[in-house]
Amino acid sequence: MAPALSAEAVLNRTDDIVTEQAGLEGPLLPILHAVQAAFGYVPQETLPLIADRLNISRAEVHGVVSFYHDFREAPAGKHVVKLCRAEACQAQGADALADHAKARLGVDFHGTAKDVTLEPVFCLGLCACGPAALVDGRVVGRLDAARLDEILAGFGA
Amino acid sequence: MKIYVPRDAAAKALGADAVAAEITEQAKSRGIDVTLVRNGSRGMVWLEPLVEAETPAGRMAFGPVTVADVAALFDAGFGAHPLALGETDKIDWMARQTRLTFARCGVIDPLSVADYEAHGGLAGLRRALSMTSAEIVKETTDSGLRGRGGAGFPTGIKWKTVADAKADQKYIVCNADEGDSATFADRMIMEGDPLTLIEGMAIAGIGVGATKGYVYIRSEYPDAIEVMQAAIGVAREAAVLGTSVLGSGRAFDMEVRVGAGAYVCGEETSLLNSLEGKRGVVRAKPPLPALEGFLGKPTVVNNVISLATVPVIFEKGAAFYKDFGLGRSRGTIPLQIAGNVKHGGLFECAFGQTLGEIVDGIGGGTASGRPVKAVQVGGPLGAYFPRALFDTPFGYEEFAGKDGLIGHAGLTVFDDSADMLKQARFAMEFCAIESCGKCTPCRIGAVRGVETVDRIARGDADAIPILTDLCNTMKMGSLCALGGFTPYPVMSALTHFPDDFRVAHQEAAE
Ligand SMILES: Cc1cc2nc3c(=O)[nH]c(=O)nc-3n(C[C@H](O)[C@H](O)[C@H](O)COP(=O)(O)O)c2cc1C
Ligand code: SF4
Ligand code: FES
Repeated sequence: MAPALSAEAVLNRTDDIVTEQAGLEGPLLPILHAVQAAFGYVPQETLPLIADRLNISRAEVHGVVSFYHDFREAPAGKHVVKLCRAEACQAQGADALADHAKARLGVDFHGTAKDVTLEPVFCLGLCACGPAALVDGRVVGRLDAARLDEILAGFGA
Repeated sequence: MKIYVPRDAAAKALGADAVAAEITEQAKSRGIDVTLVRNGSRGMVWLEPLVEAETPAGRMAFGPVTVADVAALFDAGFGAHPLALGETDKIDWMARQTRLTFARCGVIDPLSVADYEAHGGLAGLRRALSMTSAEIVKETTDSGLRGRGGAGFPTGIKWKTVADAKADQKYIVCNADEGDSATFADRMIMEGDPLTLIEGMAIAGIGVGATKGYVYIRSEYPDAIEVMQAAIGVAREAAVLGTSVLGSGRAFDMEVRVGAGAYVCGEETSLLNSLEGKRGVVRAKPPLPALEGFLGKPTVVNNVISLATVPVIFEKGAAFYKDFGLGRSRGTIPLQIAGNVKHGGLFECAFGQTLGEIVDGIGGGTASGRPVKAVQVGGPLGAYFPRALFDTPFGYEEFAGKDGLIGHAGLTVFDDSADMLKQARFAMEFCAIESCGKCTPCRIGAVRGVETVDRIARGDADAIPILTDLCNTMKMGSLCALGGFTPYPVMSALTHFPDDFRVAHQEAAE
């Protein structure tokens, strides 16, 4: 995880991001993605600044952040494991795998334990080699309980 | 020696990067000069990572290759080896296809314009640049191409509306949100032959008078995003994009935009809101996006495969393309066969194969070896088909006639361990999670739907007619197909697999 930044540093960085992206047509999503890439989540305190710079209301920015599943309002764990919950992976045992992951980590989806955040995802386009997962942004196919345990053990979880 | 190891996400998910690294390592330690090409996937996912070696006898395939196999492949000089599959193009699965849209996917280096051109690329764009706007639109219409994003709307007619609209700025928006389970054709072409999508968008732009394009790619596709961005870079260097497309004096450029994990943003008006930086709420139509789309300007919104098919239509002619197919479903369709299936992957062929031929013949039945129970066609909003309907030919009207849809042509195979009540519940749950919230039948109906299926699961048979009513309400009263089509998987499960809804009742009564 990125080291904790001072409130001022967060706002300065956000201001730079807005400056970088402001020339785009429809800049808000690219800005929010960049903010999340910089801080690991979209800090509440950046919203008024973004709203102000784009000349839209805070409510509008907040509405956008909350609409999309991707944007986090708090930091995730050090590692993020996204398990596909969609139909083609279900047909290949994704439900049992998800149960296994939840039991092993002792959390439900969206929960964090031992520095690992477990999240559901609806399809990764790996539907012919499911169950599929995205582990810290990297694709994994034909995942089973043993392999998942290995990955989690590698994270010390 | 030239060796190919796919950079396709499915190949990577099965270990392709490690195999590629080991090939480089082995070549180095053996002092063999190897050119490693990270190509797209040929689509035979059960054989990934599929390694190919260029030999005097042709491109030879080996798969599925693990890191541990690499040394032995070198020892064998990429000849006789237990993983050898022969010449790639002669593998039965490849030989049986009609690859038009995917002709280059897995064959070329995705980021080489020279390779692209050597395999027919840019011929379509060059031809389009010699045509008038009206001729480009007519060629597209004459090809019979219909939207591959699911709705099946004729692409040429959509283009005509945009071409005829008067505006200072028009846009081409490529819908690469590909959220449907069992679909990966968009991802595969973006990773394996991104220049064909760029060429298709350029033709669309020249045709309707749009100078700017966007590809809206879902964030769940990090690999596709990376390749697409790189491809736009090489296309600019080669003047395929820019102020003077191939020196024609006509401008077209494009950029990638990344979604943020909302399924509904695949719906075109929701996608446009998202591109504009708003909540991905569905807009009422009219106005059509073709007249008032991105930032209120005339906009073509087309699926990746629709646009990626345009170059071959312009290269070979509308009549050539139209000659393939069945009824009003013209040309070819990249079937994506997924789930519990022996031979899963992408298979491009003319419309018209029956569901049974696809699942049993091409897919080879289930991976588990158990009987096929159901096949969901067309993603989370598509119907579950029982074996009894396996004679249905693959076509838009043919599937609609059986209360289903082909959608983006993804098929999920389930074996007899599937519980269709559970699948019906999931369909409602998914709709509840992904609803944009604009209309009540969808937003509230889906939540009630989950509760109602749970009642049935607890043995309350009286809830079955309630579920049917609810589905009718959602079907009739929803603004878009998320709420409107969720009844397809639910009602097909209930209609074709009534036992799964009754067994639960008996268990509860015991
Ligand atoms: C809930 C919902 C999700 C959709 N998802 C996609 C998608 O992921 N990709 C896509 O191309 N079309 C999707 N569509 C269809 C689009 O609204 C639109 O019809 C399509 O992008 C038009 O392009 P085409 O004519 O080339 O198919 C979706 C529709 C709905 C209602
Ligand atoms: S049907 Fe659902 S997703 Fe579609 S507009 Fe209505 S609430 Fe939104
Ligand atoms: S359904 Fe899991 S990757 Fe597509």
